[in-house]
Amino acid sequence: MTGGSSAQTAAVEAVGLTKSFKSTVALRDCTITVPEGRICALVGPNGSGKTTLLRCLAGLARPSAGVVNVLGHAPGQDHEFLANVSFLAQDVPLWKRLTAKDHIAIGARLNPRWDTTGARHRLAQLEIPADKPVGTLSGGQRAQVGLALALAKKPKLLLLDEPLAALDPLARRHFLGVLAEDVSEGGLTVLISSHLITELHRVSDYLVLLAASRTQLCADVDDIIGSHRLVKCPGGGGERVPAGVKVVNSFRSARETTMLVRAGAASFEPECEVHSVGLEEIVLGYMSQGAPADLRLLHAQGGEG
Amino acid sequence: MIAFVVDSQSGVPPYLQLVQQVRQALRLGRLRVGDQLPTVKEVVARVAINPNTVLKAYRELERDQLVQGRPGQGTFVVQGLSGPGPDVFRELAHDLASWVQRARAAGLDDEGIQGLMDGAMRPADQAGVA
Repeated sequence: MTGGSSAQTAAVEAVGLTKSFKSTVALRDCTITVPEGRICALVGPNGSGKTTLLRCLAGLARPSAGVVNVLGHAPGQDHEFLANVSFLAQDVPLWKRLTAKDHIAIGARLNPRWDTTGARHRLAQLEIPADKPVGTLSGGQRAQVGLALALAKKPKLLLLDEPLAALDPLARRHFLGVLAEDVSEGGLTVLISSHLITELHRVSDYLVLLAASRTQLCADVDDIIGSHRLVKCPGGGGERVPAGVKVVNSFRSARETTMLVRAGAASFEPECEVHSVGLEEIVLGYMSQGAPADLRLLHAQGGEG
Repeated sequence: MIAFVVDSQSGVPPYLQLVQQVRQALRLGRLRVGDQLPTVKEVVARVAINPNTVLKAYRELERDQLVQGRPGQGTFVVQGLSGPGPDVFRELAHDLASWVQRARAAGLDDEGIQGLMDGAMRPADQAGVA
């Protein structure tokens, strides 16, 4: 079934998490569990609440309602909590005039556990100049410095907000390689938000999908792929959905109905075609719920002549 | 040591790609009994995949008794694949490569070559029936 070796303990647990800012609701009644030792992809359209969720988990935002538990504690600003959690914001906040070496030295003073040697070694391996002001480095190099610092802290939970956006394909590969390498040593759980589903799919084994401020999916990636199917039924047969089948999204034309369904695809009438479906299509199916009908499931339609 | 590659677009699950690459390396003699497979850490750092994917691949190879994990040491090849030896494989691969070359020279594109291959690979009792 799944490759998860430590599915028992949750690194992150949120129940009924709601966060509102004045008139807008960023997260609505979200329930999320991420087991320890996973690399969890956090995906969803812009404005779906990904950053807010990461900030709530990092203790940088306080939930308006609901319960959040991170590594067995309520997120906050206490030393014990902060020592175990690294959060790398999307803009990679570094002191532009200071060098990577300076940043590593500062980190060593501010953190109880700090792997100076490891951080320096990592940057040397990637041939990132450690004695140039970080403001003069490329976006990819700055992201690697940010990751090296976040990992030097030896966190148990690493929260990364859109770390891949500014990186070219090779830099992305290096970034994710470094990340996977650290996870392989054990004791680290990662939540990483990104729009790059194909890249995330390589490296992540768990997925949380937010759309319209709600949790749409929160599960093991293999289980998600295993439970979703694309079903094509002749005619406007979409109404004859067997009991127990959840239709995520559907597209109707005069002659056929195409549906992304979760679980129970086998119970459709035999005249319906059932296809397996990739992670990207599944995610797009959820993300386009509520989109105008002619924009839905464009991917699913793509293969048909 | 064997260097893995993973193609995320291929449709074959990544763990299976690793399993297939080990099997193929065994067939071709690039991996032999006693050889060590790269550690999980080395694989994920190189190809940027999830550590559990590598563990799953190695578990499957272990279940087939091709490799054995030795605590604190690594994962080692303990058995080759039954079947013709690497020499036979190399010879067949060579023949096939020169055949493909001839097919290309004759003006066949990849789709045409694939069609001929599929036809030739049909089980003997069905050959010529379609």
